[in-house]
Amino acid sequence: MTDSTESPDLTRRNGFTRIKEGTYGGLFAVCAIVTLLTTVAIFATLLYDAVVFFSEVPVVEFLTSTEWSPNPAGGGQTFGIVPLLIGTVTVTVMAAFIALPIGTLTAIYLSEYATPNARSILKPLLEILAGIPTVVYGYFALVYVTPALKATLFPEMSTFNALSASLMIGIMTIPMVSSISEDAMSAVPDSLRQAGYGLGATKFEVSTGIVVPASISGIASSYILAVSRAVGETMIVVVAMGAQARMPAVREAVFGIPYVNPADVLLDSGMTITVAMVQIAGGDLVGGTLPYDSMFALGLALFVVTLVMNVLSDIIAERYREEY
Amino acid sequence: MSNTETETKTESDGSDSLITTDVQAEQNDRSAPSTRTAVAARNLNVYYGDEQAIKDVTMDIPEKRVTALIGPSGCGKSTFLRTINRMNDMIDICRVEGDVEFGGKNVYDPDVDPVALRRKIGMVFQKPNPFPKSIRDNVAYGLKIQGFDSDVDARVEESLKGAALYEEVKDQLDSSGLELSGGQQQRLCIARAIAPDPEVILMDEPTSALDPVAASKIEDLIDDLAEEYTVIIVTHNMQQAARISDRTAVFLTGGELVEYDDTAKIFEDPEEQRVEDYITGKFG
Repeated sequence: MTDSTESPDLTRRNGFTRIKEGTYGGLFAVCAIVTLLTTVAIFATLLYDAVVFFSEVPVVEFLTSTEWSPNPAGGGQTFGIVPLLIGTVTVTVMAAFIALPIGTLTAIYLSEYATPNARSILKPLLEILAGIPTVVYGYFALVYVTPALKATLFPEMSTFNALSASLMIGIMTIPMVSSISEDAMSAVPDSLRQAGYGLGATKFEVSTGIVVPASISGIASSYILAVSRAVGETMIVVVAMGAQARMPAVREAVFGIPYVNPADVLLDSGMTITVAMVQIAGGDLVGGTLPYDSMFALGLALFVVTLVMNVLSDIIAERYREEY
Repeated sequence: MSNTETETKTESDGSDSLITTDVQAEQNDRSAPSTRTAVAARNLNVYYGDEQAIKDVTMDIPEKRVTALIGPSGCGKSTFLRTINRMNDMIDICRVEGDVEFGGKNVYDPDVDPVALRRKIGMVFQKPNPFPKSIRDNVAYGLKIQGFDSDVDARVEESLKGAALYEEVKDQLDSSGLELSGGQQQRLCIARAIAPDPEVILMDEPTSALDPVAASKIEDLIDDLAEEYTVIIVTHNMQQAARISDRTAVFLTGGELVEYDDTAKIFEDPEEQRVEDYITGKFG
């Protein structure tokens, strides 16, 4: 102890601490800025080349034309995104149809019902599922899922088809949904569950009426991630769905109401936006040509689709949010 | 406060609504012994794994009275409380021997559904734990899960009045329960507990997370609640037990019920030296 009359030494020991602190802060900031700059740079490149593309092909034609034949090797070129959008939307919706419910229910099981033992085994296993390379999923779809579906449910199915690809993308994204949702549900304070049980709620009522609403924003972010992943998925689609940009046949129902038979889309091959980009990039491509620029227009379209979905799900999550 | 109290009474006890204030005052006088037992423990032993938390407790808790459970930390008083509505079922290592009778029925009988039991025995926790829902939905939650869907708004209003909260929140029933102050949140939790009209309300140190002013409001409220409900309250605060309870049970370390008697008797002239030592602050 110092003498009580002596005031304690509160001065900075040396200037070094200050420099060190400043360096750390700077280092962290640089990392953050690199990420930000990369995103901005990507967006700028997309936008620049897309603008070049749209100066040759009108936006309206790009958005409404139903034929996609970029023909990088030469010949008649048509750049219509519609068949690609149909492919992407089909794959995304079907994959979401699988991944969101199964993933959410899995998360509820893991967070609310599973014993600690079961959870400690199941959760890492599920996360392994997320670590399998997508090309493996693609081959699995092509080699096992398609023949199995063909032999049982859909004999008319073609070798390359949207259904198998979507199923596999759905399965691939289940762990993404379940893992993030489970984290959100586990973070709900136990006092809320106790309150529910104290009122005579069953486990199911506590899970669905208290835990899920309280963790809805975490669940929604898992959905956003999974759906964005499905939109951007390329490898599974290339391998299992093929690469033919096609429009489904429009049939006529009673009174001449046009409709598209879902089987035409699901059981046949197709092409997504990502696959179209890969196909162009994989050819003998010369920079500055129209097909080259069309890649960036497609990239921009993909970006917009993802952005719109993110914003939409944010709005929806905000509406049902219950912050604790 | 007194105004709210009268309103509650009138609305929830239709038959008494014409009875004069004198009779109500007489009802408020809870010094007369209760005629009926609401909850009874018979040779109750509770274990967490190998550790015994409650040791051979036998006691009768009177109906429509406030019974306080006091004792030092770890004496088993909260365990005892949670044994009554089987909240301990959720703890895997918890094991219960002996009987807890509620309305003459052993709640640990195999044919008893803890969910149904908890609908008859409400609970208020140490830390206010309103759901992250609107005030209305908080109070209506118990009604909703019990399939009660007529006149929910009236029941919500009545319960909020019963918890002396209605006047403060009547214009913001749709805002989140979490926007209220700590004391208001706790009264919201009480409103939520009484909305399904249970017979017994268990309170586990309901004021320990609150400031003195908010705590005193809860104490007043507990006093009112005892007119309609059997209140069993765990508290660390001996003055609180002395102020609000009719009967006091003193648990000491090891889960032993050392003395259980009228509150006045416990605080003025306890039989046991250990109880006197505890109450006068010599330990605990």
